[in-house]
Amino acid sequence: MNARDAILAAVRNNMPQPAVPLPEIPGSEWKGVKHGLGYKEHFTRLPEVPGAPGVNEPLLAYFRLQLEAMGGRSFEAADATAARAKVAELFPDANVVCSAVSEVPGTRRVEDVRDPHELNDVDLGVVRSPLGVAEAGAVWLTQAELVVNALEVLSQHLVVLLDPAAVVETMHDAYGQIDLAASPYGVFLAGPSATGDIEGVIIHGAQGARSLTVLLLAPQATAGGSG
Amino acid sequence: MTRAVDPEGRAERFIALEEHESTHDRLVWGMRQNRDKAVAGVPEWEELREQASQIKEHTLTHLDQYLEQFEANATNLGAHVHWARDAEEHNAVVYEILQAHRVKSLIKSKSMLQEECGMTPYLQKRGIEVTESDLGERIQQLSDEPPSHIVVPAIHKLRSDVAALFAEKIGTDPKDSDPHSLTEAMRQNARPKFIAADAGMTGANFAVAETGGFVVCTNEGNADIGTSVPPLHVASIGIEKLIPRARDLGVFIRMLSRSALGSPITQYTSHFHGPRRGGELHVVLVDNTRSDRLGSPDFWHALKCIRCGACMNTCPVYRRGGGLSYGATYSGPIGVILDPGFDLSKYRELPFHSSLCGSCTEVCPVKIDISDQIYKWRPIVAAKGMLKLSKKVGMSALGMTLAHPAVFHAAESAAESALEHLPRFLPYNPLNPWGRHRDLPTVPKQTFRQWYLENRRKS
Repeated sequence: MNARDAILAAVRNNMPQPAVPLPEIPGSEWKGVKHGLGYKEHFTRLPEVPGAPGVNEPLLAYFRLQLEAMGGRSFEAADATAARAKVAELFPDANVVCSAVSEVPGTRRVEDVRDPHELNDVDLGVVRSPLGVAEAGAVWLTQAELVVNALEVLSQHLVVLLDPAAVVETMHDAYGQIDLAASPYGVFLAGPSATGDIEGVIIHGAQGARSLTVLLLAPQATAGGSG
Repeated sequence: MTRAVDPEGRAERFIALEEHESTHDRLVWGMRQNRDKAVAGVPEWEELREQASQIKEHTLTHLDQYLEQFEANATNLGAHVHWARDAEEHNAVVYEILQAHRVKSLIKSKSMLQEECGMTPYLQKRGIEVTESDLGERIQQLSDEPPSHIVVPAIHKLRSDVAALFAEKIGTDPKDSDPHSLTEAMRQNARPKFIAADAGMTGANFAVAETGGFVVCTNEGNADIGTSVPPLHVASIGIEKLIPRARDLGVFIRMLSRSALGSPITQYTSHFHGPRRGGELHVVLVDNTRSDRLGSPDFWHALKCIRCGACMNTCPVYRRGGGLSYGATYSGPIGVILDPGFDLSKYRELPFHSSLCGSCTEVCPVKIDISDQIYKWRPIVAAKGMLKLSKKVGMSALGMTLAHPAVFHAAESAAESALEHLPRFLPYNPLNPWGRHRDLPTVPKQTFRQWYLENRRKS
């Protein structure tokens, strides 16, 4: 018997009884029937948090707070011009800026990259995320946005554009909105690369990006701001 | 009988290094405290635990169909799916893939399964250069030691140890023990290896049957570099890593890093579905005793483990003795119940390397009855005639005493007088390591039974 059939036969022979049913779990289709999903309770517990949100935009403020806790940072950008200015201000020394977005063109278009090894000299990578997750302070990136996946990890620093309206509350909501099988690679990125492997000291820039900056900018702002 | 690992002796040597022991205890307990804070921020935590447990139990009681579903979907996405019955077969399958691609060097991210299979030495013997890319795992590789913790493999080392190691192995300044410069030095050392590698290897935290993809969680992003730069990605996945649906990930991802380190999520939660543009993807599904364990009514629940390490961080024995004291791939309470399943004779002492306090069971995010399972391994060791002499003598005397009331009462009085007249001999003989560092209780004037007979029986 080959390994596959032998393993499946052994599994069938040994599966415990009785069979356990699959539980229902919260998902985005459960909107309005929230199963205790956290952020409101979170702010009830932490009223003293600086920058705690007002009643109108608690979700975005929660996202920004969590991103900061994960070692990232975020800024609002009114339009593409403002985004470019912010990038220039934050990364004055970046020589090679590889971009996957039209708002911040950079010095190299990722579409022109043939082989991921070419990205080893990138000081700053720029990409747009279609989805942010408040509770995790994470942005979702796939091969569709990155074009060359290594852009996310070989760049010394990373700037991610995010529509402030594209932030969901929890990981349940996030998984309800994405189609995993649609892209060979997808990552929830929460802050920069980090390690605590030497005496638990948290250090950013272990292997991947040394910093993660999220610029809150709706895609429609592109038209007015480009030029 | 195989020579048994001696956890007591190993722990004793670690405890003798006072600064190591106290730093280790503080850091590991710190992770437990961070876990508590993170958990307190999730009001539905207990619901999540119950859901996670049920999803895993459901999957394990339908594992054949989910394995077939995963295989079909992964194949549809363009991945090559392989199967391996045991460690040897796993290593051979991996080697064959690497050979077919003429791989000379590979960069890997942390995989407990590949540790379990002894893959790295197997490949190195056959001329393939293998580099661990997780910082802690690389420290352990350079030290020629297994990981001492599932999540933070070198947590038992001080920064001065790492400074000395890196000075010797990668030429850093031996006097510079700043974790920032040590981490930076390894970043600079590892980057060219990522760029030069012919293949990247990973494990998997979860494999999703309905999509045919899998998820790898890291904080360094090392799995992402290792899979996005070299053209070939080989992933080793234990058959117990399956979950049915993509949305089940919401439950597990919310719990994994909160349980491990107290962060809401790992910095990178990476999903692989088929080969990337210009790449090739191979998946090796590995049994290696998992199907045997599935058939054990007492121990199959251990297959629910998501490798978060919360049970280690809370364990008083682990925190003091360190992970290397277990002498096995898996350490801490989860190691105590997993390791004897691989080699009962070698790991026969591990079920006794526990205080049975039960804290591990309380923090387990998937509700594994860890402490009960530790207890249940003990009679199995005894039944195989593998108890240490000291335990055999003590246990049989205790059994006889407890079974015969008259003997027990005699022993009670005798113990009282022995405690007064021979206060140090009984607990401080070489057969009883527990007695070291401990003092005897003061002796009451009479036993409870004597007091009861005098005071209550009369009235």
